[in-house]
Amino acid sequence: MLASQCMMSSRVEISASSVADSGALRRVWRNAYPFIVVGLLWEAVARLGIFPVQFFPPLESVGAAFVRLSASGVLPHHAFDTLVRLSVGFALAACAGIAAGVLMGRSRRAEDILLPLVSIGAPIPGLAYAPLFLLWFGPGNVPAVALVAVVSAFPIIYNSWTGVKAVKEIWLRSAQAMGADDRRLFRHVVLPGALPYIVTGLRLGLAQAWRILVAVEMLAAVPWGLGWLIFGAQEFLNTDVMLAGIAVIALIGLGLEKLVFQPLENFTVVRWGMMT
Amino acid sequence: MTAARLFSERSISVRRGALTLIVAAALYETLARSGTFPQALTPTLPTIAHTLFVSLADGTMILHAAATLYRVLIGFGFAVAIGLPLGVLMGRFRPVENFVLPLMSALMPIPSLAWVPVFILWFGLGNTVSVLIVFYAALFPMLLNTWSGVRAVNPIWLRAAGAMGANEHALFWKVIIPGASPFVIAGLRQSFLRSWIAVIGAEMLAGSDWGLGWVIFDAKEFLDVDVMLASLIVIGLIGFATERLVFGSVERATIYRWGMARSARV
Repeated sequence: MLASQCMMSSRVEISASSVADSGALRRVWRNAYPFIVVGLLWEAVARLGIFPVQFFPPLESVGAAFVRLSASGVLPHHAFDTLVRLSVGFALAACAGIAAGVLMGRSRRAEDILLPLVSIGAPIPGLAYAPLFLLWFGPGNVPAVALVAVVSAFPIIYNSWTGVKAVKEIWLRSAQAMGADDRRLFRHVVLPGALPYIVTGLRLGLAQAWRILVAVEMLAAVPWGLGWLIFGAQEFLNTDVMLAGIAVIALIGLGLEKLVFQPLENFTVVRWGMMT
Repeated sequence: MTAARLFSERSISVRRGALTLIVAAALYETLARSGTFPQALTPTLPTIAHTLFVSLADGTMILHAAATLYRVLIGFGFAVAIGLPLGVLMGRFRPVENFVLPLMSALMPIPSLAWVPVFILWFGLGNTVSVLIVFYAALFPMLLNTWSGVRAVNPIWLRAAGAMGANEHALFWKVIIPGASPFVIAGLRQSFLRSWIAVIGAEMLAGSDWGLGWVIFDAKEFLDVDVMLASLIVIGLIGFATERLVFGSVERATIYRWGMARSARV
């Protein structure tokens, strides 16, 4: 599964670069026309009046809701709170997860001790813990952040562990033969060698955290947050607000992938020639 | 390394693993009994076991699990039925790829559960919402992996088969499908994992009277933490069992047997 993930991302990049050869205008058109077709279909259905307007609003009222909420600062506030929760939870998970995973990969004892706990925790969908966390920590930010941290920790632990184990034995031996002490071995061989896996783990972890966070915000009574925005709008049948919120969620999700992880990958793994 | 040493190392691992679990359980038990937290919030392990046993014995837990599995299987089934052919079409035909790919990359980053409130408005509470959410969650990994799999089929194989006189039909069934199978099976696996997560969330939010997610959420209202933990155990067990037994054996029966991938158990 890991290999297919890596191959998948490289495939996407290849197709992106081959598209870049044909002119920029054509590229824009090629990416835009499916949206235009679907948008026109949506518009047609909305205007035909098959469904009530408040359930199936035309695109311009979704756009109007988006502009109205952005201008009044409501939407940015929701998005900001969601992003803060995401980054705090994810940062906790990244620190703890990489530490635990690397430890498990390097020390047999740590592996024996931690692996049973990890393999019991991993198959339980994180969201199932949500009501439990709400009871334990009360409503609000704490359960949301804790849940994000728990959920994104598992792929990070798992991938760091696999990555450290996948470092070629021969690299370790040759570095040792050339007189590397433990610290240098770790910094210059183990860490770079495991990095492609660790980056994949972070990526998977962040994606999972993102998926869970939106749902948790619906369940935990938080005053601000995109999930809460959508869920709250349901009470008032504000479908246009809900769709505008979903659009923001899509944009942030896309931005996380394109602006955070692809540059990170380019700066580290690709530059070091670990991955193309 | 000799076999005997390998064996003794493995038994040390097993012993250490068992020890961790026992220590973790003992820690939890002392915490639960010490009364630091209210008894209702941290039930003791025997209480949880008893609740689990009772709910299994009177069949309610089984019915809840059946309701959840039913929703997962319908949604997942639709996702495979649409994602697999569409992914193959995307891999084989350029116009299909050009049309679907931009839409896919825009819809994929939206968590399926974000649609729950919208779907509730459109379809009302109940099974439809959960099934659709599962479908949405499972569709994209299936689509993406099938597409990459078909594109990753070695062109030499295609040319070789073509040179040996394979027609479109044989080419498709004998070369492309087996060639893409490691990706397709990885896609099935990911899809199922995603559906399993999505169904729990959908059941919590779009509560209908049955389902493991609904039980957990409903138990919260009554502070039945033992019920919540018992359902968590059931959810974990089902997820673990499908992952290991179903997909493990599917992998053994197909791609390992065909020599498409080595089993990389670390």
